[in-house]
Amino acid sequence: MQRPHVLQIQKTCDQEFIKRVERESGQQVSKCYQCGNCGASCGYTFDFDFPVNQIMRLVQLGQKETVLGSRSIWLCANCQACTTRCPCNIEVARVMEALRIMSVAEGVVSKKNILLFYDEFLNLVRRYGRVFETGLVARYNIKALKPFTDADLGPQVLMKGKLALKPHKIKGLKAIEEIFKRFESHRGK
Amino acid sequence: MLKRVAYYPGCSCEGMAIEYDQSVRALCYVLGIELVGIPDWNCCGSTPSHSYDPLLGAALAGRNLAIAKSQGLDVVMTPCPSCLKALKTANQVFRERPSEFLDVLGMPFSGDVRAISVLQLLYEEIGPNLIQKAVKFPFKNKKIVPYYGCLLTRPPAFAQFDDPENPVSMDRLIEAAGAAVPDFPHKTECCGAALGITQRDVVMRLTGRILEMARAVGADAVAVACPLCQQNLDLRQDQVNRALKENFNLPVLYITQIIGCALGIDRKTLGIEKLAVKTDALFQSA
Repeated sequence: MQRPHVLQIQKTCDQEFIKRVERESGQQVSKCYQCGNCGASCGYTFDFDFPVNQIMRLVQLGQKETVLGSRSIWLCANCQACTTRCPCNIEVARVMEALRIMSVAEGVVSKKNILLFYDEFLNLVRRYGRVFETGLVARYNIKALKPFTDADLGPQVLMKGKLALKPHKIKGLKAIEEIFKRFESHRGK
Repeated sequence: MLKRVAYYPGCSCEGMAIEYDQSVRALCYVLGIELVGIPDWNCCGSTPSHSYDPLLGAALAGRNLAIAKSQGLDVVMTPCPSCLKALKTANQVFRERPSEFLDVLGMPFSGDVRAISVLQLLYEEIGPNLIQKAVKFPFKNKKIVPYYGCLLTRPPAFAQFDDPENPVSMDRLIEAAGAAVPDFPHKTECCGAALGITQRDVVMRLTGRILEMARAVGADAVAVACPLCQQNLDLRQDQVNRALKENFNLPVLYITQIIGCALGIDRKTLGIEKLAVKTDALFQSA
């Protein structure tokens, strides 16, 4: 994994960013003393550009651009191993989640295909009230330009009656649409 | 003991995890627990809703809790750990940000409907002893390893169930079903979760490690309690074999299917034939 070169810490420290991460995650990031438990517990370190303990340090140093543009925050599967093992009781996974949300808001998502998958998922929830798995994979494959993702699994799940061919629409779609609308107007504030 | 709970299957139990739903229903019926459907339930928002603000998922999940409450039910049981997390997060967000939460939800919400997993129901409400007494066809001379995954016990303050590092609830239930439970160090290692479609290489590596450990401790099968874990370990086992040049051939059953079989519920009712890796060897006496 190629890592960015030397960080110009003095020039790029964004104090406002540190405060925002702490506020939005509800966690005191400054408590982290780099024991490395989170990074050692994380199953994804091998594929991260920065192990999660380094993400914590970069947040302490206000390195907004590096953190929000990292692949790590999007590959994090929210498995909670880091939170469980942090000796400072920092909910590290909540920090990672807050960073993901901020990277979406700032338009600097590094793993666009993962966000695309999540967006398609939410589109289906909004349209039908439940997730329609067949439609989700189909729409993702088309939009991600990866038409054959998991095509090898198709025949057997179809034969076993595990894939619905039509979505199930709930009756309370209006209530769901209203939740989305109120959420959007809340976010806009 | 709980005799009547609201049942929230979640979207995967209508599709890829249909056999989980079938086995949960059949097992609860036999054990005398009434599952009351939540009328017109909706998706909990799962992981994707958290790319924006936990408020969205909390409101989506909250609607289901509110409906359960309106039916006079105080406990919602779900087989899916991701749904479980979403339902519990609804109560948490309600406590932390009540006015915003109620604004988005737009319906009455009391915050006192408890969400539990099916594993919790089996372990805490029914218990391994009662199940052991009901077993008719024990898994003799078989080794089954319990794979808990991430969310059933983590983080501990949130999950409030079992031990986060070395959970034993499924161990005890598998033993009750008559099988031996080898020590399994990868009980709570993450399988790759929802990255299967978007980042398959990661799932191949993580799932491969779990299967490798299961094989190393001599397991005849793996027990799971999560639709996504099941999908990664079972349905994707062929993909793992191709990606890692391996030849894993390990059946991966839901804990409800394992107990159901031991209690004598027929395999078709439990949806055993819907699993990807063949289970025949597990049911042949050694």
